[in-house]
Amino acid sequence: MTHAWRKKIFPYAVVVPFAIVLGFPFFWMAITSLKANTDVYNPAKTWRFHPTLASFGFLFHHTGYLTWLKNSSIVGLAVVAITLAVALPAGYALARLAGRVGRGLGIGIFLTYLVPPTLLFLPLSRIVAQYLHLSDRLWALIVVYPSFTIPFAVWLLMGFFKAIPQELEDAALIDGCSRFGALVRIVFPISVPGILTVVIFTFSLVINEFVYAITFISSSTNRTLAVGVPTDLIRGDEYNWPGIMAAILVASIPLALVYNALLNRFIAGFTGGAFR
Amino acid sequence: MAAVAAGGSRSRRLRYAAERRGFLATLLISPAVLFIAALVGVPLVLAVYLSFTDATGGSLTGKWIGFANFRSVWRNTIFRDALWHTFLFTAISQAVVVVCAGLLAHALVRSFRGRWFLRFFILLPWAAPIALTAIGWYWIYGAGIPEASVFNWFLVHLHLESATNVTNWLGTPRAAMSSIITVQAWRMIPFATVIFIAGISSIPQEVDDAAAIDGATGLKKFWYVSLPLQLPIATVAVLFGIIFTATDMIVPYLLTDGGPFNSTHVLTTWAFQIGIVSGNVGEGAAIALFMLPLLALVTIGMLLVARRAEVT
Repeated sequence: MTHAWRKKIFPYAVVVPFAIVLGFPFFWMAITSLKANTDVYNPAKTWRFHPTLASFGFLFHHTGYLTWLKNSSIVGLAVVAITLAVALPAGYALARLAGRVGRGLGIGIFLTYLVPPTLLFLPLSRIVAQYLHLSDRLWALIVVYPSFTIPFAVWLLMGFFKAIPQELEDAALIDGCSRFGALVRIVFPISVPGILTVVIFTFSLVINEFVYAITFISSSTNRTLAVGVPTDLIRGDEYNWPGIMAAILVASIPLALVYNALLNRFIAGFTGGAFR
Repeated sequence: MAAVAAGGSRSRRLRYAAERRGFLATLLISPAVLFIAALVGVPLVLAVYLSFTDATGGSLTGKWIGFANFRSVWRNTIFRDALWHTFLFTAISQAVVVVCAGLLAHALVRSFRGRWFLRFFILLPWAAPIALTAIGWYWIYGAGIPEASVFNWFLVHLHLESATNVTNWLGTPRAAMSSIITVQAWRMIPFATVIFIAGISSIPQEVDDAAAIDGATGLKKFWYVSLPLQLPIATVAVLFGIIFTATDMIVPYLLTDGGPFNSTHVLTTWAFQIGIVSGNVGEGAAIALFMLPLLALVTIGMLLVARRAEVT
């Protein structure tokens, strides 16, 4: 009886403290975002202050927030489109290509995901400026971001496609479907949840990206969220901390909800590739 | 005669089909390979080339000057400190991450009431854009005004700190290093937890049952059964964490930008400072290249894990 009870309590004893510690910064951001600018420097006013939504109004009307949000979305959608167009066929082919070659190629593509932007940003900034003539334009980001989203997406998609039995396609081939037809009519429809997961995680990689965005983009109106908030909202003379905290929460909470909903699929794709 | 002809044409057709399959695979994979070669391969080679030239801001070429950049980079004590800080930043934060994520994963694989809700808070640091949450931390640390830091408020109330002499978390060298390590650990815990969960749930139920029948329980079962089986995936998570920490710029750049007094520079912030801010592209590239040996080591690690998974 006591043993069973201990088993029941164990997850809570571990997860609750961690949830509090890991979630605390967001709690404090939320409190701050509801304060008036005059109360903000006094941490003692945790509960007893007049909550106000003024910071959100400030954010949307007096900063470039909506512009950055729009820029991030444009880049995100474009990069997702490019990534899917390139990674869907590659992920499928690698999943079906049996033997050493397919496996080696798959791991090779995965490893390029590890090459960090901090190693590549110097030469890339020159390439973008001198050869592509794209400095300070969103196109620079749209062209460069697939360099890390494609390896990531190929890897996840490979994991998803491997889980689809080959027999399904063979059946379609016997029924007179072409190989390509089987791909479009059988494989892709079954993979919709997996593809959706890839879309979300690719999009969030784009929202997260900082190093390239701060190197390639110089004017405020072309910034993305990840760079606009830390540079334009912080480097001014007067900080509006409630507004800044609101800026962080508005972008973070929806993403976290989606992550939580798609977590199991992410795990399936990530580990389905080659590490087990 | 007819049989031979039929056999011949069938084998030819088979070969044709096989070729077509290979052709199809090449066709499907090559766009990805080309894209990666152009945007990862070419810049990587260029980075190596630039580190041997005296290129400055605004140009992609310069005079070949051999190892001069590396020599001058190495002579700078800030660089050598940055190398040490990169090691500290990575080693300490990842040690914390492994312990915390291990514990969390073992709790989260069980099903219990409220799991979805609690998991949301665990995932928050990973899902939220780090460039934004780093600013949230900047504020939590007081944003240059120690009295405004909610940490100091806690510490003063717990009588761990005197109200007249509160810590400037990002403004004193030792405290600043611990502060950025804390944030890095905080943001890496969820991802490691997720991958650990994957490792644990990949162990078939039969193995668990067999271990139970053989009398393995608790720590013993963990050490001899669960741990070895989840090790490959756990290793992948740790290698990932090492790379993404050692090569990360966002947390140190946004919280301290190498300060105070260059006491928190890591390789990446120093490369950015020299290569972009000071416009010394050649030297900046040389600094960034010091990440390559680590990258090579982690790559070898990944390949070993993948090979082991292939054999078993």
